[in-house]
Amino acid sequence: MALHFELVTPAKLVRSEDVHMVVVPGTEGEFGVLEGHAPFMSTIRDGAVQVYKTEGAAPETIEVRGGFAEVGDKGLTVLAEHVDE
Amino acid sequence: MASLKELKGRINSVKSTQKITKAKQMVAAAKLRRAQAAAEAARPYAERLSGVMASLAGKVSGDSAPKLLAGTGSDKRHLLVVVNTDKGLCGGLNSNIVKAAKAKAASLIAEGKDVRFYLVGKKGRAPIKRDYSERIEKWFDTSDVRQPGFEEAEAIASDLIERFEKGEFDVAHLVYPIFKSALAQDPTVDQLIPVPSPENAAAGGDAVVEYEPDEEAILEELLPRYVKTQVFGALIEREASEQGASMTAMDNATRNAGDLINKLTIQYNRSRQAAITTELIEIIAGAEAL
Repeated sequence: MALHFELVTPAKLVRSEDVHMVVVPGTEGEFGVLEGHAPFMSTIRDGAVQVYKTEGAAPETIEVRGGFAEVGDKGLTVLAEHVDE
Repeated sequence: MASLKELKGRINSVKSTQKITKAKQMVAAAKLRRAQAAAEAARPYAERLSGVMASLAGKVSGDSAPKLLAGTGSDKRHLLVVVNTDKGLCGGLNSNIVKAAKAKAASLIAEGKDVRFYLVGKKGRAPIKRDYSERIEKWFDTSDVRQPGFEEAEAIASDLIERFEKGEFDVAHLVYPIFKSALAQDPTVDQLIPVPSPENAAAGGDAVVEYEPDEEAILEELLPRYVKTQVFGALIEREASEQGASMTAMDNATRNAGDLINKLTIQYNRSRQAAITTELIEIIAGAEAL
């Protein structure tokens, strides 16, 4: 059970890895993405993306600003203009 | 014929010029590598964004499409965003960009359109001002930062979008060099606003995609970001082109200086020998006369 997660900014590809779950701060509320999520697109408000590497593990948070999330067959892609790690 | 001293002075001055061009060439080579890496790193974002744009633009069409995509409905007033470098010593790069911009402007004016310029970078100002001084809208200065990044692109794009929303122009074109190799940088003219509809709009796939909030709202937010990305791409291409062109130009200059030094050295040695020969003849003639 792994979700392919990519975090991309204009300057570089920040993350490209397989994770368990990612919680994304969508404009209309946070949503978690697991493997096999239905195709989905959402804008993101400025906030923290939480990455759960494995089930039950402590999440790693990445601050993003000006973002957009897309869930497709290939996994979750987050496009952000600025990322603070 | 120049005197020996003069020749020596010229050889030395050409030598020091050669040192400078050689140093600049090496600096450009190092910077080129970095600029290329930056261009490489920026590609995934641009690709993903245009992919999403393509799938969305196909779904939102007609009257509901945002102004940035549909346009103002007229194409009378054009804005040429010309991206030039800030520094010289890069061969014909800037004059090629300016030439492309002027050609585009001339063809638009011939069609009876109104053309304005929005200049980015220092080196395009003088040559465009010469021909179209009353048409220049703004100079955007990027010379105070070492490497223009996304912040500059953001500033330019927001300014452009604001002007577009105020109705100051109908169509914006982006003129910038595309980096092919250190030898070739092609000036390109791309339409920036309204955002050209992607051709492969059907590529969005067969799956039913859920949107949050909805397609139009997402598109509305993505379009300005797309414009920013285009401008950012142009800045990055410019950076790589500048360094590539500079490297080639300086390589040529170094080689020319070398040729010149050889020629001058031969000339110097010949005149030195001629002077010695004359002196000898004078001594021998003097000795014989006794």
